[in-house]
Amino acid sequence: MAAAARFLLRTAGSSKASITNVHSGVHSRFRVALLKASPCFSPHAKTQKRHAAHFTFQPEPTHTKYGPTEKMNLFQAVTSALDHTLASDPTAVIFGEDVAFGGVFRCTVGLRDKYGKDRVFNTPLCEQGIVGFGIGVAVAGATAIAEIQFADYIYPAFDQIVNEAAKYRYRSGNLFDCGNLTIRAPWGCVGHGSLYHSQSPEAFFSHCPGIKVVIPRGPVQAKGLLLSCIADQNPCIFFEPKILYRAAVDQVPVNSYQLPLSEAEVLQEGSDLTMVAWGTQVHVVKEVAAMAQDKLGVSCEVIDLQTILPWDYETICKSVAKTGRLLISHEAPVTGGFAAEISSTVQEECFLNLEAPIARVCGYDTPFPHIFEPFYIPDKWKCFDAVKRMINY
Amino acid sequence: MQNMLTVISNVLRGSASKNGAQAVSEGTRVVVSARTYADFTPQATFDIKKCDVHRLEEGPPLQAVLTREEGLKYYRTMQTMRRMELKADQLYKQKIIRGFCHLYDGQEACAVGIEAGINLTDHLITAYRAHGYTLTRGGTVREIMAELTGRRGGIAKGKGGSMHMYTKNFYGGNGIVGAQVPLGAGVALACKYQGRNELCVTLYGDGAANQGQIFETYNMASLWKLPCIFICENNKYGMGTSVERAAASTDYYKRGDFIPGLRVDGMDVLCVREASKFAADHCRSGKGPILIELQTYRYHGHSMSDPGISYRTREEIQEVRSKSDPISMLKDRMLSNNMASVEELKEIDVEVRKEIEDAAQFATTDPEPPLEELCNHIFYNEPPMEVRGTNPWMKLKSVS
Repeated sequence: MAAAARFLLRTAGSSKASITNVHSGVHSRFRVALLKASPCFSPHAKTQKRHAAHFTFQPEPTHTKYGPTEKMNLFQAVTSALDHTLASDPTAVIFGEDVAFGGVFRCTVGLRDKYGKDRVFNTPLCEQGIVGFGIGVAVAGATAIAEIQFADYIYPAFDQIVNEAAKYRYRSGNLFDCGNLTIRAPWGCVGHGSLYHSQSPEAFFSHCPGIKVVIPRGPVQAKGLLLSCIADQNPCIFFEPKILYRAAVDQVPVNSYQLPLSEAEVLQEGSDLTMVAWGTQVHVVKEVAAMAQDKLGVSCEVIDLQTILPWDYETICKSVAKTGRLLISHEAPVTGGFAAEISSTVQEECFLNLEAPIARVCGYDTPFPHIFEPFYIPDKWKCFDAVKRMINY
Repeated sequence: MQNMLTVISNVLRGSASKNGAQAVSEGTRVVVSARTYADFTPQATFDIKKCDVHRLEEGPPLQAVLTREEGLKYYRTMQTMRRMELKADQLYKQKIIRGFCHLYDGQEACAVGIEAGINLTDHLITAYRAHGYTLTRGGTVREIMAELTGRRGGIAKGKGGSMHMYTKNFYGGNGIVGAQVPLGAGVALACKYQGRNELCVTLYGDGAANQGQIFETYNMASLWKLPCIFICENNKYGMGTSVERAAASTDYYKRGDFIPGLRVDGMDVLCVREASKFAADHCRSGKGPILIELQTYRYHGHSMSDPGISYRTREEIQEVRSKSDPISMLKDRMLSNNMASVEELKEIDVEVRKEIEDAAQFATTDPEPPLEELCNHIFYNEPPMEVRGTNPWMKLKSVS
């Protein structure tokens, strides 16, 4: 009860702040914009598009560090990474539901024809079996790349991941490990995925020492990080934002290259506020950073966490020590989401640097909704509002 | 039956007037009788395909009696399902229905046949290809279509969408492959425990048949002799993978090992009905679970994102459509035995079309659920609970 009362008080406090702050005019304009953008309030019920994308993909500047580049979307970047692996590692095999003909998201197109059906093959619909099988393949020394068709379907394999894969090295005193296992799964919202095709389960796995959890924000990272996961001597879960498969297009290096795991990337330096996100949400907060600069004159530092476990707290703490404010945003529900861990750590490490309470802008504590997705998504307006509240604290 | 009068042979007229349907009428022995008020044959007996059996002394009968009323009812229901799915396909392509949507066209005989073999007081649970069962279990086309479009009048208040539909004694509508099967065994346990002579029909597909929890469930159901009819709707493809490439044994009716099984022609509504009756009797007599494999076919792809032709040929689909379409089969049977007239069936088609159009109209004009619905029904809670994370300008509460 006391907690609830405090919560109410805090809420009242912050709404007061937003009424009295100098930018309240801006605030109400946005509110109107939000109402317009949300489909429930549209007068044209029949002709409307139900969902407009909640983000704008921001392509990477072209890197020449790794040699020549080619235009690829995210699923092509994944295919390219898998192609390099199959070509350079004769023990590598790819398996999962429907991967042989290219997969439901086209990530493995052409690989069976190129490398043979003994190296790229379909499994039955049995996620627990797929992961368990992959652990066996990996523990015997081969490189196993398993696909779970949707991250939402990974739960039958939860036991195999948590109890078998993650603990193999530890419990055998380093005699055995399944470090050659990489599990790929499409992840996150897709605009109309509803309850079972939209979830972001990274936080469940963040509670499990022994595995690495990695999420790229675009094609360049997808290829580099996936190749790192495959090369890494620990079992890795690689979540691919499925809404970006086609929407995200970068100039991706043609050659094989790796991006470091457990290193967050500072995408934009700033002095007033740090924003941390991963996957699709990076593009949302980047837009918010631009809005904050434009409308409020607030300079934001944007960080893509990239690896959820083990995570790079140093980069984030260093940034918060500089800016004094932290906003973390993810699609998964707020309670027990990975933002809670970040928030807690930063509070321990940077308590005296903080100018405002750490803000989490996340999904609601509801199942991922069907038609209410535009409300559930932590979009730029919610993030922007949080920025204002923190600045005016 | 009321007013059943003396037998008048209708064989002559039946086969003479409809020589287009020879193949079907050949296997038909017509039991002839007629009503005073109509020239139609009120009921006929049909030879049906023999089922393969597993651990059973004998299977379902090789003949089935179909009355005119039943025939017309099955026809209407199957036609409604077909038209509803085609309409859903159309609305999906117009982006009015969004999300993941799995259509049932081609498999209509399964839902209609099963329902005809059990009682509405029995229980049923299936996976995500649920529109047909929602209809046979008592849902209306309007409620189903409105659920697909996520509107207030939907059968799950517009909150579930395509995969999540529920009615009395129908437990959905489940999104995760194979996850509904243990639930079905649990429902069967409750049936047994409550001693109401009810049973649970637990459906899954050929793809789900390879999930581990199916086998866990077989064991429990058999161990505790649960009144559970496991039904594997084998439509030959688990998503994009054909059964041969996914299953070490495609004899799905034998895969319960110690559970007796039947393999049934799932394109023939009468076959399915007789098998379901047989299985229901088996369960009700206390012999424990039984497994039915229905061999069927889906015309559409696995879901709307699958065109359905990258792993099978157009010719294959066309052949099934022309040779063993469940609706055409029933129609031919009825026409060639003078159980209905072409005009009469056309009239049903027109009525069905109208019903579907009305439902589609409703489903596109009914308002979306109110925003409060977003947070309702997460927990059972009284008084309402504040839901964390809801947007900063509005606090939403959860009520159930």
